[in-house]
Amino acid sequence: MELDVAILSRIQFAFTVSFHIIFPSITIGLATLIAIWEGLWLKTHNPYYLQLAKFWIKPFAITFGTGVVSGIVLSYEFGTNFSRFSDIAGPVIGPLMAYEVLTAFFLEAGFLGVMLFGWQRVSPKMHFSASLIVAIGTWISAFWIIAANSWMQTPAGYEIVAGKFHVTSWFEVIFNPSMPYRLAHMLLATMITASFLVAGISAYYLLKKQHINFAKKGLSMALWSALIFTPLQTYVGDLHGLNVAKHQPIKLAAMEGIWPEWEAPVPLLLFAMPNMEEERNDYEIGIPHLGSIILTHSLDGGVQGLKSVPPEDRPYVPLVFWSFRVMVAIGIGMLFIAVCGLLLRHKDRLYENKAFLLLTTAFTPMGVIAVLAGWYVAETGRQPWVVQGLVRTMDVTSLLPAEKVLFSLIMFVVIYSLLLGVYLYFMGKLIKKGPPKMADLERQLIGMKAPGYALAWVKNLKHQEQGDK
Amino acid sequence: MDYALFYFLILGFAIFMYTLLDGFDLGIGILFPWFDNNEERDHLMRSISHVWDGNETWLVFGGVILFAAFPSAYATITSTFYLPIMLMLFALIFRGVAFEYRFKSDTSKKWWDLAFSSGSTIAAFCQGLILGSVVEGIPANASEANSLIWLTPFAILTGFAVMAGYALLATSYLYMKSRGEIQLRVAKQGRFLLILVILAMGAVSIWTILDQAEIRARWFDGLNFLLLSPLPLASAVLSYIAWKCFASDHKAKHESWPFWCSAGLFLLGFAGLVVGLFPYLVPRQMTLWEAAAPDSSLSFLVYGIVIFLPLICAYTLWGYRVFSGKVEDYEEGY
Repeated sequence: MELDVAILSRIQFAFTVSFHIIFPSITIGLATLIAIWEGLWLKTHNPYYLQLAKFWIKPFAITFGTGVVSGIVLSYEFGTNFSRFSDIAGPVIGPLMAYEVLTAFFLEAGFLGVMLFGWQRVSPKMHFSASLIVAIGTWISAFWIIAANSWMQTPAGYEIVAGKFHVTSWFEVIFNPSMPYRLAHMLLATMITASFLVAGISAYYLLKKQHINFAKKGLSMALWSALIFTPLQTYVGDLHGLNVAKHQPIKLAAMEGIWPEWEAPVPLLLFAMPNMEEERNDYEIGIPHLGSIILTHSLDGGVQGLKSVPPEDRPYVPLVFWSFRVMVAIGIGMLFIAVCGLLLRHKDRLYENKAFLLLTTAFTPMGVIAVLAGWYVAETGRQPWVVQGLVRTMDVTSLLPAEKVLFSLIMFVVIYSLLLGVYLYFMGKLIKKGPPKMADLERQLIGMKAPGYALAWVKNLKHQEQGDK
Repeated sequence: MDYALFYFLILGFAIFMYTLLDGFDLGIGILFPWFDNNEERDHLMRSISHVWDGNETWLVFGGVILFAAFPSAYATITSTFYLPIMLMLFALIFRGVAFEYRFKSDTSKKWWDLAFSSGSTIAAFCQGLILGSVVEGIPANASEANSLIWLTPFAILTGFAVMAGYALLATSYLYMKSRGEIQLRVAKQGRFLLILVILAMGAVSIWTILDQAEIRARWFDGLNFLLLSPLPLASAVLSYIAWKCFASDHKAKHESWPFWCSAGLFLLGFAGLVVGLFPYLVPRQMTLWEAAAPDSSLSFLVYGIVIFLPLICAYTLWGYRVFSGKVEDYEEGY
């Protein structure tokens, strides 16, 4: 088989960006939770809040580190593998990414050192500020990268001069038609992802009857957070869907498996095998009218279908269709858990109900999976375009010898598989180790200049020596 | 002042900051094989574990400034140097995660040591390769050919030169941050590396001048050499001071001098390079004005740079001050 460099570059980008998004989707929400716990500890002096912050900062650190190294790859891959895209769209995408680095990456990196290693070197208030700034940094980062990606979905504020994009209005570029919805959707997703991560691990401890008080506090807070954010996400998701219907009708048609040029009323398909060649679905099971109600908020509303554009302008439908269903199914499951949590709390059975704790434990990684599925809908649903309706992905890859890209792709698959294995191993190790003991917490907070510091230092030294023997 | 020139300076600043800051922490990875017991390695890692992430951000910053302000140059350079860039990224992945996992591992520590030292070394070498081949110039459409234009004898020399330079920065950084036995050892290593770096700088300079007619003309036409002579002269003075301060019977106030002298050497070497290459971004192919993005993009980003770059420098400096002084071996992490 002749290797196609454009396909290889696309696979490589899809693989590396999929791997990367796992980590920010955890750290954005987790940084926020850690800052909240630290703030609550300062306010109430309840040591469980500190214990939560000090425990979760460890998974946060390894997640953040992996996110950083896999993110650096992306900032160079635009050029290495999509050099023609960088050349023509650089004037729009470049400055947005530069703003991300200037306003977010440096901020996160600058204060991360103090957040992780500065417990004994700055005051508790200053430390809290550092954690808060890191959290804010992750949010700002999401703002810029969503702005850039949304511009590729719904381009605005540009003109094309000699084959290159020039910006006519930066306001329109940044706040392009899909950006507010997509930003809200993603930020909520990260909060939900982190909430279910914390809820899942806390439920696991409760099932194993370990670290009970710590786990109760964590589960309770995470479920409150889930109860706030999952219904909100349902609402924002609906608004976002309407926005897709308006600006990217073919993506929507692929999400819903709608083939006719115009279909009304639209059923909601629960199951189907989209058949690209025969331009129809196989084994279709649907609920009549429900699609119209969801998509148009009317009983008989119609939507544009896939056949309204020639086959070369359609995405790969099964991937979009099924990714969307995976995301929605997980969303419904999360909503169910959040509501069950409320009911059990009401009956005072939240920490005892085995089935509920098991289900919550099973949902530990579900936020990440939903985020991945959602991004597959967004990105593969936009194909064959890299900039919706204007630039085709296949036309703007780098003109490289295929062997080079094949080599790097194989390396990425090997290295990232290794990295994911190591990440999961160390996550497991941290979870097994459990939260820091209350006595250790006190010792760790003694300031470097405080009188107790030297004593703690000596104690620690003895401890280390015993450890060596 | 025109925008393109402004961004050229910002790009230069980003590259310089990167080589200086990530230089010393990559350099510590290069020195790793010469510190073979566990406590010493812990000490070395501790001296940079709170700053490596910020230091590496300058690499991303350099990349996106090139992307935003000179998209055509970004497209050409990154796709031409596809393999060395990929190798550098793979190496940076390994050394980056080693920071997180090394202190948490029991049995796999030696593997993280290997990931850290080989990752740092390869990343530094690849950066040197890319630098060397940029100086040699890129033929048009080089990315399409299955060529190894980045693997020339000259580029290999610059690869080793950059490694030596980073290792020198690392010894001078450790000279500030450590006490006792380690401090004495890095002082000796520092002197040795200083000689190596001077030899490497000399070799690279002479090779470039012999090989590249344009650069030769830039240095030796008319009175140019007289105007440019402060560069090599200042390098000699800084090397002498660094040598003197890398002493075993040091005075405390001179502990940071080798670092600043090494930083000065980097700055002078970098200035020498820019003198030779200006105004090309892709030598002999694309000047900074040809590669520049449209004014609508350049003017938009100016605000961000003018407002945020000073802030970044301020809080980065604050971060270093929080961790100033010697490395404490039993300090609690997170």
